[in-house]
Amino acid sequence: MKRFVFRNRWLPYALVAPQVAVTLAFFFWPAFDSLRLSLYRASPFGDRLIWAGFANFERLFRDPAYLRSALTSFVFSFVVTFAGLALALLLASFANAKIRGLAVYRSLLLWPYGIAPAIAGIIWLFIFHPSYGILPWVLSFVTAYQFNWFLKGWVAMTLIVMAAIWKQFGYNLAFYLAGLQAIEASVLEAASVDGAGPIRRFFAVTFPLLSPVTFFLFTLNMTFSFFDTFGLIHSVTQGGPGDATSILVYRAWKDGFEGLQLGFSAAQSVVLMALVILLTAFQFRFAEKRVTY
Amino acid sequence: MERRAGIVLVLTVVLLVGVPAPALARTEIQWWHAMTAVLGERVNEIAAKFNASQNEYEVKAIYKGSYPDTLNAAIAAYRAKQPPHIVQVFEVGTQTMLSSGAVYPVFQLMRDNGIAVDWNDLIGPVKSYYSTAGNLYSMAFNSSTPILFYNKDLFKKAGLADTPPATWDEVEAIAKKLTGAGAKCGFSAAWPSWTLVENMHALHDQPFADHANGFDGLATRLQINGAFGVTMMELLQRGAKEGWFTYNGRLNKAEANMGGGECGIFLSSSAYIGNLTRASDGKFTWGTGPLPRMSGYPQGNSIIGGATLWVMKGAKPEEYKGVAQFFKYLASTENQAWWAGVTGYLPLTNAAVKAMESSGHFQKNPSQRTAVTQMLGGKTTPNSQGIRLGNFASVRDAIEEQMENIFSGKKAAKQGLDDAVAKSGEILKEFAALYK
Repeated sequence: MKRFVFRNRWLPYALVAPQVAVTLAFFFWPAFDSLRLSLYRASPFGDRLIWAGFANFERLFRDPAYLRSALTSFVFSFVVTFAGLALALLLASFANAKIRGLAVYRSLLLWPYGIAPAIAGIIWLFIFHPSYGILPWVLSFVTAYQFNWFLKGWVAMTLIVMAAIWKQFGYNLAFYLAGLQAIEASVLEAASVDGAGPIRRFFAVTFPLLSPVTFFLFTLNMTFSFFDTFGLIHSVTQGGPGDATSILVYRAWKDGFEGLQLGFSAAQSVVLMALVILLTAFQFRFAEKRVTY
Repeated sequence: MERRAGIVLVLTVVLLVGVPAPALARTEIQWWHAMTAVLGERVNEIAAKFNASQNEYEVKAIYKGSYPDTLNAAIAAYRAKQPPHIVQVFEVGTQTMLSSGAVYPVFQLMRDNGIAVDWNDLIGPVKSYYSTAGNLYSMAFNSSTPILFYNKDLFKKAGLADTPPATWDEVEAIAKKLTGAGAKCGFSAAWPSWTLVENMHALHDQPFADHANGFDGLATRLQINGAFGVTMMELLQRGAKEGWFTYNGRLNKAEANMGGGECGIFLSSSAYIGNLTRASDGKFTWGTGPLPRMSGYPQGNSIIGGATLWVMKGAKPEEYKGVAQFFKYLASTENQAWWAGVTGYLPLTNAAVKAMESSGHFQKNPSQRTAVTQMLGGKTTPNSQGIRLGNFASVRDAIEEQMENIFSGKKAAKQGLDDAVAKSGEILKEFAALYK
């Protein structure tokens, strides 16, 4: 990379200043505010601010429901990420083939990404609704089992997982498609000449060459399912039944926004913040070694 | 070139800052509310009628989203020292508002502005829910109470008489017959905690929380895991298992099933009348009845839900004068009778009830009378005057979470209720720690 040196001493600082200001105002300030708030009991209207030390955190970690929620979040995020990426890669490989009407087919596959999570949730709610959804109606011909996600936790979870995967599908597909097209045909031809079949070619050549894309999508999907699925859950299950779909970010919102327990909610967001930092750090560490750019 | 840039700059600044507005002759009063669709239009109508009735004040009704959205908007505005004059807060926020130190009590506002209001004319349950030591702290606005709805077509199809079930035994027997005759949902209820736990305790004069449901001091513990609460939940758990009770989700989600004509018997807010009328139009007929009772327990009363109008601190005296005038208008019999008639909410004064009776409104709309009769026929006791809990929204959530675990058979009724009591105990303890 070419090194560029500024003559003026102040110009570089002036150029990065807006960026730094935005980061400070919109990231660091709120983050520090949550950090501060998490150590207090705070009344909604701001008339009481009582030092609580680590009481909020203590309450959090004493609560078995919170630990359950952490487990739920991780299971949810991993399933959404792995299943979502596998499906996107599979379909991207198909879409990468030379078939008629490819452009139409590709753009159709990208569509779901243009839909807001809350709307995606509503669409799935209509498909799955125990009384007016089409899927339970179809299933009723196959089995007498009641797929009522108002009461059955695993059905609710499956529904949310499917909706999240579907929602993120177009995005993943677009990146995989681009990644596949960037692979030189000659590399694959060379593999063919060496006698590798399509499956061998995929695992020995294509997949490793896609690793930067996979890594990028992995990080992105984990964050998406951890944080951005809030709208989905809010519009479909509200965290229920019981607390089966109550992921960490949803709990933090509910306790803070609906429950008005500000300090408690701040403590939860601090935990979330720590988790994200850890996750990202771990991923970069891990990925730096394994991913070939 | 430079001059042009100067003009652009000036224009931009003007656009950003806003053109100075001409001095307003009328004092503006901001009213933040959470009423949507038809109800939102009615709220605008109230403001317009009040504005037309005098020329000193102008009430501006501003929709701020759902109840939690509206409350959060008011909190943010108060903290930024720009609160609205009036904010509509749902009943679960009552204790939060009372403890907040941010409100100007309504009884004081009226007294300070020399407006005499006969608070004793307010119907009992409304007055008790929003008063402390006999003084009204927030202006009663939209109050409803749960009642029973039944689908007459499904009753007929199952060969049943056209009368609503009056007891839980009858609910069970009828719901079984309904599902036996092919109904998809024999019995269901919206607002699960409110209709099936909070109101059932109050209706049977059973305590919901300690300190007289939080009226004699901050509540620290729920009492819903007593014999009555367990019996009630066991009944519903059995109903879910046997198929005559269908759970259809939190909030008012279950209303979609009733409105779709699937449910035979249904519990929801009396304010659902309007929407059910629209949903059922041309499809099926329905009737209403009082909440079902369980034998062997004393008579209490159903409690109310809905919202009241709180006056925020921090405005000027002349503005408060306008707020007082506006509340006087709201409390007027004419407005009360009109509002209750067009929305299905309860008329809040005895005078309004009488006016609706004599105008023949109840004869034409018998379903609207059910809630009024139920409330006026009940007994207001320490257990049925209302519920006042800090962090009530979170407490309700803790209850509904366990109701779902009970209905799905994941937990025994007693176990689920014990867990709800334990979890809400934590939540209540936090609130008490804040306002010690």
